[in-house]
Amino acid sequence: MSEVSLVVNGRRVSGVVEDRTLLVHFLREHLGLTGTHVGCDTSQCGACVVHVDGKAVKSCTMLAAQASGSTVVTIEGLADGADLHPVQAAFRENHALQCGFCTPGMIMASVDIINRHPDGLDEATVREELEGNICRCTGYHNIVKAVLAASKAMNKSKAKGKSASRAKQAA
Amino acid sequence: MYSVNYHRASSVADAAKLIKKGDAKFLSGGMTLIPAMKTRLAAPSDLVDLNHIAELKGIKVSGKTVTIGAATTHYEVATDEKLKKVCPAIAELAGLIGDVAVRYRGTIGGSIANNDPAADYPAALMALDATVVTNKRQIPAEKFFKGLFETALKDDEIVTAVTFTAPPKAAYQKFPNPASRYAITGVFVTKGKDGVRVAVTGAGDNGVFRSKEIEAALAKKFDAAALDGVKVPSANMMTDMHASADYRANLVLVMAKRAVTAANAGA
Amino acid sequence: MGIEGIGARVARKEDKRFITGAGRYVDDMVVPGMKHAAFVRSPYAHAQIRKIDVKAAQAMPGVIAVLTGKELKADGIGNLICGWMIHSKDGSPMKMGAWSPLAVDKVRYVGDAVAIVVADTKGQARDAAEAVEVTYKELKAVADVTEAVRKGAPQIHPEAEGNLIFDWEIGNAKETEAAFKKAAHVVKMDVINNRLVPNAMEPRAALGHYDKAEDHYTCWTTSQNPHVARLVMSAFYNVAPENKLRVIAPDVGGGFGSKIYIYPEELVCLWASKKSGVPVKWVADRSESFLCDAHGRDHVTHAEMAFDENHKILGFKVETMANLGAYMSLFSSATPTYLYATLLSGQYDIPAIHGNVKAIYTNTAPVDAYRGAGRPEAAFLVERMMEVSARQFGISPAELRRKNFITSFPHQTPVIMNYDAGDFAASLDAAMKEADYAGFAKRKAEAAKRGKLRGIGMSCYIEACGIAPSAAVGSLGAGVGLWESAEVRVNAVGTIEVLTGSHSHGQGHETTFAQLVAERLSVPLDSISIVHGDTDKVQMGMGTYGSRSGAVGMSAISKALDKVEAKAKKIAAHLMEADEGDIVIENGALKVAGTDKSVPWFQVALAAYTAHNLPGGMEPGLKETAFYDPSNFTFPAGCYICEVEIDPDTGVTEIVQFVAADDFGNIINPMIVEGQVHGGIAQGIGQALLEGAHYDPDSGQLLTASYMDYTMPRAADLPSFKVSTSNTPSPSNPLGMKGCGEAGAIGSPPAVINAITDAIGTEDLTMPATPQKVWAAIRSATKH
Repeated sequence: MSEVSLVVNGRRVSGVVEDRTLLVHFLREHLGLTGTHVGCDTSQCGACVVHVDGKAVKSCTMLAAQASGSTVVTIEGLADGADLHPVQAAFRENHALQCGFCTPGMIMASVDIINRHPDGLDEATVREELEGNICRCTGYHNIVKAVLAASKAMNKSKAKGKSASRAKQAA
Repeated sequence: MYSVNYHRASSVADAAKLIKKGDAKFLSGGMTLIPAMKTRLAAPSDLVDLNHIAELKGIKVSGKTVTIGAATTHYEVATDEKLKKVCPAIAELAGLIGDVAVRYRGTIGGSIANNDPAADYPAALMALDATVVTNKRQIPAEKFFKGLFETALKDDEIVTAVTFTAPPKAAYQKFPNPASRYAITGVFVTKGKDGVRVAVTGAGDNGVFRSKEIEAALAKKFDAAALDGVKVPSANMMTDMHASADYRANLVLVMAKRAVTAANAGA
Repeated sequence: MGIEGIGARVARKEDKRFITGAGRYVDDMVVPGMKHAAFVRSPYAHAQIRKIDVKAAQAMPGVIAVLTGKELKADGIGNLICGWMIHSKDGSPMKMGAWSPLAVDKVRYVGDAVAIVVADTKGQARDAAEAVEVTYKELKAVADVTEAVRKGAPQIHPEAEGNLIFDWEIGNAKETEAAFKKAAHVVKMDVINNRLVPNAMEPRAALGHYDKAEDHYTCWTTSQNPHVARLVMSAFYNVAPENKLRVIAPDVGGGFGSKIYIYPEELVCLWASKKSGVPVKWVADRSESFLCDAHGRDHVTHAEMAFDENHKILGFKVETMANLGAYMSLFSSATPTYLYATLLSGQYDIPAIHGNVKAIYTNTAPVDAYRGAGRPEAAFLVERMMEVSARQFGISPAELRRKNFITSFPHQTPVIMNYDAGDFAASLDAAMKEADYAGFAKRKAEAAKRGKLRGIGMSCYIEACGIAPSAAVGSLGAGVGLWESAEVRVNAVGTIEVLTGSHSHGQGHETTFAQLVAERLSVPLDSISIVHGDTDKVQMGMGTYGSRSGAVGMSAISKALDKVEAKAKKIAAHLMEADEGDIVIENGALKVAGTDKSVPWFQVALAAYTAHNLPGGMEPGLKETAFYDPSNFTFPAGCYICEVEIDPDTGVTEIVQFVAADDFGNIINPMIVEGQVHGGIAQGIGQALLEGAHYDPDSGQLLTASYMDYTMPRAADLPSFKVSTSNTPSPSNPLGMKGCGEAGAIGSPPAVINAITDAIGTEDLTMPATPQKVWAAIRSATKH
């Protein structure tokens, strides 16, 4: 057994777990954060993707003990209160989900993709970057659309933020 | 997953001590070991986590000499600006491993210590004539990789870094397995002061190897056209449901041609 | 159309919970005292069970119970059933072997369940499952249908001699033979339809809870049809009488057919809960899903088509061997018969057809309906045949199809179906225009300059959805009726709940069904809730499969709405002292047409429940139920065109464009319909290029048992799709809808293979057309 302690969705949490406990099971079973899913056992489907220290990782391929000391964000912690994250909003607007099972991992991975491409994305890049997330419902068509739309929205709001801060500086 | 005891090593020396426990295994990125444990194909009694050892991390470039710490992730290798300047081929290779979530966690040390016959790094290290540095010695890549999942490492020996001299020309071309995305065939070619080296991963029935036929042809002229008509024997190629030995032999030549073209374009 | 009514691209109501991680799937359910199950499964494809020793397992940490098939039998739990009786051409009933939920004396495929272990944690249950000592005597196994019917092949069930379950026929053999005698051309083909693993992203799961105080069972399960699950578990498996069994299918992460069936695991979890005194949860690993979920397709077919000198089709002869695996799954007998051979006429006027289907046992996972179910196999056969024939005749594939299209409706085919509506040429025209078919030669020449082989292929598919009417399917052997139910419950303040027997596992019913209600009753979408998936809440219903929820499920809602509307109008007329016939529903109110008199909707609802002032003799309340049984199948149809570029050095196929022109009749929400088509096409492309379940022919081990070896389509494997729809409304249901859930998976594989074979100049290619196969085909074609 190991004592693990981490920050999940902004809250400090700890627990004593079997060393073989995977991060995903710690999140789901110990913290009740069931939005993170398990869809395979070969670390390929990406339904379990969460952010650990700011990076999209597969929580089914990391022991909770390995994650101890880290900061984790799950799908439950992505929205800003009642305001959806732009990627969440884009998934809904573009009908980028059907059964919803791959969706949390898909959204967490997409946030990471957009963060790594501050200059914007094209369709081919989005498709390559989604390699680690499998969806059986949508044929990816609308997921790709949603990621592109969210990327645009986030870059726009960033640009706005920048010009606002420039305006402030000028003032 | 079977029960296991987790230990977080604070230094290489600490790790070398911890590994003596039971049937312990080093845990680096865990991108291969944890899935194997989940499906109960691997059952170590103890895991020694190498991820928090500062001395194993980071990329150093000094002139043409490159040193990559064993616990450096594929993502760090793929995106390191200094490395991309002197040896873009290895950065590109790292960017082709798994998916980005895997690259964030998987490490070069973990990958080469596992020596999966379809992994990408072994081809790079062989073609770059790299040296594997451990807590005990320095091992030339060619002596380090020994067949399928076998290396020259002793039980308590820890890979600490990989070092090589960046050649003027190098490129990697990979034909991934459509399901697993490991290499069905990956070819790394280099042209340096000591000549041409061509290493092949994924295709051979005994792990990574150098292709004598292709090296000989490219030594005459480092150009894709020099490989027209070269026969790559299929005798020692692997056959599985995804690719026959003949198909792999064909891919070795096709990937080699593309790699040479890419190496010339990149120079 | 209002902004939220029929035809509107409304964003889905259900999305909010899924995008915030608040979806509730079976594995998310927690019941106090809940424990975890693992199954002991056969490592052999075929073996006798000599002995099962559970002592060591029982002594493992955390173990609560280890239970075997013997105890299950002793408690009177029944064998699994197949719910559709097929008779062979000699009149004999199908030869169904026994399927015990936990194997007792013999195991028949790798993964066959032998025992269940219940423990405190999933890890402990797994550990203990490995400690159950089963002594097997391994028997020779057979995985392939052609081998299974050979003399001397291993006998899998004593009931089915030579592993033959049935030898069934459809159409008219004599007329077909006569047609072939008149033929100017006969085109022959051998076709394999590759075996697939459905792979809904949520693995199957079950949580069984026996409540001793109430003597009542609850089963949370990943089901597409919880009522059918309850009926079968109650009536056939003797778990509990229906009134003592509640089945809940909460959010379900995709089904594609694989979650129609009632598998051993859910009923064993229920039984084990009573036996062990704790709630028992089982969640499949993906590896277990690969081994034990019902697989799809797996046909081996020989076909011949007869044409006259003008290339008009005279007759079609088809011989198919269908692999049903080791046991007959719930609808396994219907899939390769009434869902397959009844579509052999395709979109074409074929005077004589004869189909023969042999269903065969093998030592592989059970095979049943998977997205399309029989219809993809028919479409692949017919559309490959049309393409190959056109190439042999040297005429354009479009021309051969046009020449043979059915153009007047209704059209009775020689294989049962009566096509009620369609315009096949319209879809073909639309697809060819969208694909710039005329410009293909130029694109091909340009690709050749880059060293690439470019090809184009089409597929004009037809399918049958909303299997019906019940009396007809009953006469064909179905064990159930195929109607659907709905209850529309208007609350006292005018909000509405719709209880439907359909089940949504990705289809978006919570939105589309509400759109129908919003349109009809002129109320906001937000005031409508769709309730489904719980046998305690919803009246008996038949569930969701075969693209039936629109055509059948919504028609039931529509019928219930008719009744609600009629009663509401009566009340409104009474309140306004107007004539019932003059009342119209508009903008949230009931109005007297041509006047300014109106009563808001909520006041009519309130009046119904206060019952202070109702028309004489009227019962209080505003709640109506309908059971809808359609008059016929519906027939979605369309044309798909695929264009590919192939790298001859590696055999890699890139899909450079994919066009779909479908006729689904009337559509409620085009955005959701397009999503269904996208997903279907992806699965069809998966079948054509990437996916194939392979068993080792000798050992019967599944070689493609994880995503490391079974290629799931990923984003970079697919292009963006160009989809459009046309509309010939179905006359067979009140909404004129046809169904759109399976079309993509049905129409796309032949289009892809027709494109590849066009590019490489040989027809000798099986699915999945992997790079290795395409490369080898190119090589053998150039050698000849």
